[in-house]
Amino acid sequence: MAQTNIDTALFAKLDEYIDGLHSKQGALIPVLHEAQRIFEYLPIEVQNHIAQKLDIPASKIYGVVTFYSFFTMTKKGKYKISVCMGTPCFVRGADKVLAKFEKDLGVKAGTTSEDGMYSIDALRCVGACGLAPVVIVNGKVYGRIEDKDVEGVIEDFIAGEGESA
Amino acid sequence: MMKIFLNNIEVEVKDNMTVLEVAKENGVNIPTLCHLDMKSIKMVNQVGTCRICMVEVEGRMNLMPACTTKVWDGMKIRTNTTKAINARRTVAELFLSNHPKDCLTCERNKNCELQDLAADLNIREDKYKGKMPSYTKDTSSNSMIRDREKCVMCRRCETMCNEVQTVGVYSGVNRSLEAVVSTAFDYPIADTSCTFCGQCVSVCPTGALTQASHIGDVWKELNNPEKVVVVQVAPAIRVALGEEFKMPIGSRVTGKMVSSLRRIGFDKVYDTSFGADVTVMEEANELLDRIKNGGKLPMLTSCCPAWVKFIEHQFPTLLDVPSTCKSPHQMLGVLAKTYLAEKLKVDPAKMVIVSIMPCLAKKYEAARDELSNDGYSDVDYVLTTRELASMIREAGINFNVLPDEDFDKFMGESTSGVIFGTTGGVIEATARTAAYMLTGENPKDIDFTQLRGFDGIREGVVKVGDTDIKIGIAHGLGHARTLLENIRDGKSEYHAIEIMACPGGCVGGGGQPFYGNDPAVVEARGKALHAEGADKPVRLAHENKEIKALYDEFLDKPGGTKAHKLLHTSFIQRTKL
Repeated sequence: MAQTNIDTALFAKLDEYIDGLHSKQGALIPVLHEAQRIFEYLPIEVQNHIAQKLDIPASKIYGVVTFYSFFTMTKKGKYKISVCMGTPCFVRGADKVLAKFEKDLGVKAGTTSEDGMYSIDALRCVGACGLAPVVIVNGKVYGRIEDKDVEGVIEDFIAGEGESA
Repeated sequence: MMKIFLNNIEVEVKDNMTVLEVAKENGVNIPTLCHLDMKSIKMVNQVGTCRICMVEVEGRMNLMPACTTKVWDGMKIRTNTTKAINARRTVAELFLSNHPKDCLTCERNKNCELQDLAADLNIREDKYKGKMPSYTKDTSSNSMIRDREKCVMCRRCETMCNEVQTVGVYSGVNRSLEAVVSTAFDYPIADTSCTFCGQCVSVCPTGALTQASHIGDVWKELNNPEKVVVVQVAPAIRVALGEEFKMPIGSRVTGKMVSSLRRIGFDKVYDTSFGADVTVMEEANELLDRIKNGGKLPMLTSCCPAWVKFIEHQFPTLLDVPSTCKSPHQMLGVLAKTYLAEKLKVDPAKMVIVSIMPCLAKKYEAARDELSNDGYSDVDYVLTTRELASMIREAGINFNVLPDEDFDKFMGESTSGVIFGTTGGVIEATARTAAYMLTGENPKDIDFTQLRGFDGIREGVVKVGDTDIKIGIAHGLGHARTLLENIRDGKSEYHAIEIMACPGGCVGGGGQPFYGNDPAVVEARGKALHAEGADKPVRLAHENKEIKALYDEFLDKPGGTKAHKLLHTSFIQRTKL
């Protein structure tokens, strides 16, 4: 079993949330959301911890985590780049934008760079179709991005560190 | 009651039935793949995922799944229209599109529900070429093999493991084409809380879950002239093996089974029921010792290795509750390599013990390190009922015309041990001898029918002199969990509890012939075992001449120093995953 060094304080935070629930029945998905908010991802240790706390088999939790694309078992980078691949973004060239990010940062979609700096995800519609193609970096929205704009976006979010992240 | 039309025929049906149930009752077969109804053990897999059972309903544009659609008054159902049949065939063809077609070498060849479906639906071409899944086989355990490439996502294993057994090893994971039933974090099965009860293997419609086979190893030993190969057969085999050779359900084939084993080439053929008689002596003694000396009560039986692994994972704080007795085949194994080896003047290093068991967990149990003595494993190989049938066929033995033969002497005679293979049997046999040990007299009526039956949890009282021995019985691990929770919470009032992991006890074990998952078959096997027990000339373990000789000449007394060293064991705390 993989061992990572996760801050025990984070587990305490999660326990506080779980203990504050009115009922543990049907609480799995809200708990997973909260856990992902706290830990930023859902590694095996966290899933096992939730299994014990909620008395649900770990297999069930793993089933839910692998079913919903929102949940992730890989740790995200310092810069979390999401490229919308919804239909309007896609027809306006989101695939080229994604490819450019992958090439410039040397990271494949769905993974994180080895230095832990960048992670790229391809998302379904984020609901900002008027701005298609849309890229979101640490919560900041960049609209009407073409592949030639990617370098500028990277410079911008690195320069703007601490602003909106 | 309501009236419906099934293929233009008016039938009266009860409320709240599904189309599938109505069709079955009225002699109409609708093929299914995922559906499985084992109502009497309260397992119904009704996930409606395979879409094989589609039927036409008048007034509905789309076809409807028979397994999950309830009938309504005046409903007009057509099960045999071209539209319905073609839809089923297409669904089946799509199943085949990404299923490995290595049927000839698949363990489930000639015994596969997907194969039957393809044949019944008259599929004659490999129409669609789907993206083939690619998973490595899970061979981490010596009990079972998981081949996820053959999973059809029926999720019967998941229902069985999670709801009936409450072990929770499996879950559907991933989605779309990657969806498959797997373990937590895709861990190898040996690293999970799996008990190896094998019930998932019993309900799997394809070759996705199969037993691990040790036939090759056993043939090798049989062909080694240096080795004395001793075989023992569990009680439950003799009432199920006949099914593999097209005999009626519940046929008792003890004599033919013994002669087939001699013809395969085993040097000595013994009866695990003898080991069960030894277990009766040890367990009855332990129970009385606990009652008299204020030991831990209730005492739980410990014959079932899947159940032992279950308590080790799920209730690691209750490990003082099970009896310390080894299981019967382990007892017979260790006695063969000591007592028998002396009698036969055989070097135990050259002795090979093979157990024929109705069980996959016995394969795992035999490999447990602590079940050994002087560096020799008590039991070397475990084969299932299905593997024995395979060997009989491989050896070209015409089972049905074999003469009846008897077990070999020293460890071949058995009494009440033979009913160990059915739910309630262990505790009934033990209670008979406990009554004698307590009062010095045999009970007037030794058929404790109050302990028999098929309900998941049962209880009964055995009167012994002035003492009432309160007994609980559970079969199926979900029922066991209920009784264990009571013990944990201090609410249990029993003196002794028998637990068997498999519904019905060993007769319903994961290594038994595939039986279409009809609990009535398991019940019939259990009744046949009780009949076998009733026909024994001696029906009490303490009156078994070979048992008396064993204690007089070798073991001294039940629970004595030697008996403790050889026949008792300990348990291991494990984590839950």
